[in-house]
Amino acid sequence: MSKPTIRNTIRKLRFEHDEMTQQALAEKVSVTRQTIVAIENAKYYPTLELAFRIARAFGRPLEDVFIYDETGQ
Amino acid sequence: MSIQERRTLLSIASAIAIPTVYAVYSLPGLPAGDAYAPEVFRFWGQFFLVLIPVVIVAKILITILFSIIDGILTREAEPDFEDERDKLIEQRALNGGQYVFGLGFMGAMLALVAGYPPSVMFIVLLATGIGSELFSELVRFTLYRRGF
Repeated sequence: MSKPTIRNTIRKLRFEHDEMTQQALAEKVSVTRQTIVAIENAKYYPTLELAFRIARAFGRPLEDVFIYDETGQ
Repeated sequence: MSIQERRTLLSIASAIAIPTVYAVYSLPGLPAGDAYAPEVFRFWGQFFLVLIPVVIVAKILITILFSIIDGILTREAEPDFEDERDKLIEQRALNGGQYVFGLGFMGAMLALVAGYPPSVMFIVLLATGIGSELFSELVRFTLYRRGF
């Protein structure tokens, strides 16, 4: 049985927002660029608060940015 | 490699180098003869009291130099704040270091119980200090590298 994972669509959303840079997103949500890189690569799961801030930076609901994948695929 | 990873590698190097250089410089002054003489305890007290500021000052200087050289080489601005991920990694790294220090402290006490001279206990304590910092930095590096 695969371990559930949390996927995200940050890369796609940045692309849709005039190719927003990781640095620009980091500044918008008050974290370092390295943290955005880690989140995008699913190497770090943000706190709920940061997840909401990222979603709001894109003007999207949380579920559009972070997807809970129970199958782990 | 991110700036945090580079900074951690530097911390690993300085965690080994600073106490080692200081020990090589200071340990020849360890009084010979009676292993339980008051001079031996005075030596170790002075050794640790001087080691602490030496490590602090050396680390500050190394950090400043690193920031300047890294900034010139990579043109990457160093983050001037810690975010939630940095704080979590810091916490885990500190926890790891504390476990190692706890084990080393017990080892130092065991050396006394086993009848080794006090200098052995102090050397184990010194090694414990270096080991716990190294472990802490390795945990930090691993978490920055691999994620969690």
